[in-house]
Amino acid sequence: MTRGDRTWEKVCPLADLEIERGVTALVHGQAVAIFRTHDGEVYALGNHDPFAKASVLARGIVGTRDGIPFVASPMHKHAFDLRSGVCLDDEHASVPCYEVLIEDGVVHIGGRRREVA
Amino acid sequence: MTHTRPTLVVVGHGMVGHRFVQAAVERGLTETHGVVVLGEEPRAAYDRVALTSFFAADSADELSLLPEGEYADPRVRLVLDAAVTAIDRTERVVTYVSPAPRASAEPLANPGAVHEIGYDVLVLATGAAPFVPPVPGRELDNVFVYRTIEDLEAIREASTTATAGAVIGGGLLGLEAANALHQLGVRTHVVEMAPRLMAVQVDDAGGATLRRHVEQLGLSIHTGVMTELIEGDADGVVSGLKFADAEEPLPVEIVVFSAGIRPRDALARECDLEVAERGGILVDEQCRTSDDRVFAIGECAAPGGRMYGLVAPGYAMAEVVVDALLEGPGTFTGADMSTKLKLLGVDVASFGDAFATAEGSLELVYSDAVAGVYKKLVISEDGTRLLGGILVGDASAYGVLRPLVASGIALPDNPESLILPVSSGAAPLGMPDEAQVCSCNDVTKGQIKHAVGEEGCETVADVKRCTRAGSTCGSCVGLVKSIIEEHFESVGKVVDRGLCEHFRLSRQELFDIVAVHGYKRFDDIVEAHGTGRGCDVCKPAIASILASQFNGHVLDRGTRQLQDTNDAYLANIQRNGTYSVVPRIPGGEITPDKLIVIGEVARDFNLYTKITGGQRIDLFGARMEELPAIWRRLVDAGFESGHAYGKSLRTVKSCVGSTWCRFGVQDSVGLAIALELRYRGLRSPHKLKGGVSGCARECAEARSKDFGVIATEKGWNLYVGGNGGAVPAHARLLAGDLDTETLVSYLDRFLMYYIRTADRLQRTAGWIDSLDGGLDRVREVVVDDALGLGAELEAEMERHVGSYFDEWKATLEDPEKLGRFVSFVNAPDTPDPAISFTEERGQIRPADPDAPVVLAATIPVGAPVDAAVLG
Ligand code: SRM
Ligand SMILES: Cc1cc2nc3c(=O)[nH]c(=O)nc-3n(C[C@H](O)[C@H](O)[C@H](O)COP(=O)(O)OP(=O)(O)OC[C@H]3O[C@@H](n4cnc5c(N)ncnc54)[C@H](O)[C@@H]3O)c2cc1C
Ligand code: SF4
Ligand code: FES
Repeated sequence: MTRGDRTWEKVCPLADLEIERGVTALVHGQAVAIFRTHDGEVYALGNHDPFAKASVLARGIVGTRDGIPFVASPMHKHAFDLRSGVCLDDEHASVPCYEVLIEDGVVHIGGRRREVA
Repeated sequence: MTHTRPTLVVVGHGMVGHRFVQAAVERGLTETHGVVVLGEEPRAAYDRVALTSFFAADSADELSLLPEGEYADPRVRLVLDAAVTAIDRTERVVTYVSPAPRASAEPLANPGAVHEIGYDVLVLATGAAPFVPPVPGRELDNVFVYRTIEDLEAIREASTTATAGAVIGGGLLGLEAANALHQLGVRTHVVEMAPRLMAVQVDDAGGATLRRHVEQLGLSIHTGVMTELIEGDADGVVSGLKFADAEEPLPVEIVVFSAGIRPRDALARECDLEVAERGGILVDEQCRTSDDRVFAIGECAAPGGRMYGLVAPGYAMAEVVVDALLEGPGTFTGADMSTKLKLLGVDVASFGDAFATAEGSLELVYSDAVAGVYKKLVISEDGTRLLGGILVGDASAYGVLRPLVASGIALPDNPESLILPVSSGAAPLGMPDEAQVCSCNDVTKGQIKHAVGEEGCETVADVKRCTRAGSTCGSCVGLVKSIIEEHFESVGKVVDRGLCEHFRLSRQELFDIVAVHGYKRFDDIVEAHGTGRGCDVCKPAIASILASQFNGHVLDRGTRQLQDTNDAYLANIQRNGTYSVVPRIPGGEITPDKLIVIGEVARDFNLYTKITGGQRIDLFGARMEELPAIWRRLVDAGFESGHAYGKSLRTVKSCVGSTWCRFGVQDSVGLAIALELRYRGLRSPHKLKGGVSGCARECAEARSKDFGVIATEKGWNLYVGGNGGAVPAHARLLAGDLDTETLVSYLDRFLMYYIRTADRLQRTAGWIDSLDGGLDRVREVVVDDALGLGAELEAEMERHVGSYFDEWKATLEDPEKLGRFVSFVNAPDTPDPAISFTEERGQIRPADPDAPVVLAATIPVGAPVDAAVLG
């Protein structure tokens, strides 16, 4: 994992994250959508759906497509890869993807991830 | 030198004339010929086979075969209301009168203008006319035939004052006419000269079974009876029927003749074309008359001296003539006269050599007098081939049996299995490719397979469009469907009715699995029956199934992550991420005080307000975190969730009805409110809408709803399967003149049956179409209770009604659920800066979207974590 260049921001207790239902957090002035998947992973994407031009991604349904964890935008159901922010329906589109760190049961969001897992 | 295109004149715009023009356009005949069609009726061709459904249709347009009223090809000119009166074969000119003279009009009322038109090729498609035997009194008022829309309009008009009527003729059409009279509320008699009903198609035993069925419905049957005289009253209106051997006349005020048809060959006779001995224009195998330039097709033609009173042979003749004009090899050498129909709710089918006329043929009979089923197979002497048969009461095997006759393939060793009750009609018998599947449109199994394999058809609807199979009487649809499935199986493609990559099961299968296992959690279902972690397709579908069966709160822990966008926050998301709020206003009725509350809430939260198309009020522009406060105010004032966000009951629209309206015959508002309250909160495969109108003027537009109720003098008519949206459909009559209790029980059954068996996001209209048997099937299950499920479906609905609670009220009472309604987990009181509004017409609206907004970094959002600690 490559570290971003921003400081980490403490967001909420891990226990506040429901499995497979996102929350929105305000991090460094940006709306960030944070998801916790069934296998316990936590991911953070920009909340802004580039197709619908609305800040809504955290409210989408979370699931898997061919094994890839994704969120479907609540607006028009575009699917975004939780690991990278890349749109699964249109590879030219993507949303920012943020570093995540869990420490002492608290979720921390870091800078924008530059490298894709 | 100018070269004019040859002119092809078609006389008659009925079913066959229309098919001829369609084929001519499709096969390029209009590239070389101009086409002029002269039709006597005031309207373009319509589906005469479905004539009786005119009574249930909204307007004649529903039957039209050419709803646009003209052909898209500009080289075809259609002249309606134009009766051809003479043909001059030497000069090659036809004379026509327009407007066409009407039988009913004053003889000299409007003589019509006389026109002439020259032809190079003439096609006669004048059809047939009902035969009216020379019984004295046949000129009286209220004596009708049953052939055109105008005939039906006149019968309907007469039925409003008549109490009893008779149909003369107990054949196929006679019984259909009797059915219509019966449905119009007239006490109906059927008078037949032969000793049994449908003498041409069924034998004595089959006729007796049919008769029992028909009598049970309350029709009186008189067989072996000669009508001597129709009696009239002083005004010249029918008052009774006098039979040859009876003293007293039968009192009736309507008489409908349905004693056979005669080809309309008068024009041909007058210009000395050859006609057949028993009527009909004599034509050869290319449907050419004794004049090279004149063809005849459909019921007016007699290929080889025989006329055919069905539409399929006519269609075949139309194709043959187009082929002949293109110098193709097509010929017409006879047709299958098999029939399958549902008469007064009774299946009747007759096919092939039904009367065992072939030498040495054997009969195999199965008869169950109690169930009213009679089946007979006629088998060749050596027992290897099926020659024909008769089915009464249960004709489900017809789809398999008829092709066996046509193709001559060998029978199984135990042919009786084909008609014993256990055999399912769709048994996958190895039919050869040449076997005809659709007799109406002469489509073989091979053609259907080709459409599926080569032309990319995947569904019955595709195949209908591509081959026309199934598009006329519909009796072959089940078979078409199994051929499609058989094909996909044969190429190793699993017919995928699965929901998505996570479930190889259809919604209906999942519904049953949940019911059987009693699953309450998505995790258990996906672990046992699926793969992966689900998606935006299967999760809401399962949420809906769980809600239909258990009616828990949609925001409970185990189910809230499954909910679709709108259900997840109990409101409808808008394009800028805000929500709309729709309180329930049952039946559209609201007190001034409640109206004021809505106004105050909208004003205080600065919401855009609009009256919806569903007779209620929508408040737009609420931020997610404002929803609880808004609903607190609404709930306190007695409002409930309107479920505008759910795949569930929306509204039951009403008209003002008898409480105020001078035309109203029932309390439509009262019923609409009762129904809306009964079915509120009911989760279903798609949204559900209802409507109730207080009289036939239908101000509530009930027939555009999933269920529509229209008041009658005697009770309520129930219509189902209406739809607005992209593919609009009118609801069709399920049952009439119901009392309120019966209406509600039918509705309970209908809705639960839909919820159990429909596909995800399938509205009722599409669901009914997708059922084998369509609306008839729904009626069997809901009204006749053919599956014996009625009580169970009603009990399920009762359970739903008993467990209803208001979702918003329950949410407000539960801090755990309320905790979700925040803009940011780490800044619950900060409004989402991405949302902004402008004003239009004095109210807010979303400002046009920009890139994401970056909030000033000075806003404190949680304490930054020391990077060193993180290491
Ligand atoms: C508000 C309203 C328009 C209005 O300003 O009048 C409306 C608004 C929406 N309609 Fe509608 N429809 C509204 C009446 C209708 C009607 C008229 C009626 O109900 O009498 C129809 C045609 C009748 C019908 O449903 O058969 C109608 C046919 C649709 C359809 C097409 C459905 C179909 O079967 O093809 C959709 C799309 C869908 O559901 O998939 C739709 C979808 C929608 C959605 C939910 C689109 C969406 O997913 O966001 C709209 C959001 C509603 C909101 O934000 O509150 N709306 N919509 C009406 C709300 C009625 C109510 O009080 O609940
Ligand atoms: C109630 C009913 C139910 C039926 N059910 C079935 C069924 O289940 N299955 C089945 O196969 N068949 C059924 N039929 C028969 C089917 O409708 C006919 O076989 C079919 O309509 C024949 O088509 P056609 O074009 O030859 O005749 P038509 O459809 O009668 O068309 C002939 C047209 O020519 C017009 N015409 C006649 N003379 C002139 C003239 N001189 N100038 C201009 N126009 C003229 C007529 O007005 C008419 O519009 C049914 C018929 C009826 C009445
Ligand atoms: S449908 Fe009939 S009762 Fe209802 S408002 Fe219209 S005219 Fe009046
Ligand atoms: S057999 Fe009538 S539509 Fe196919």
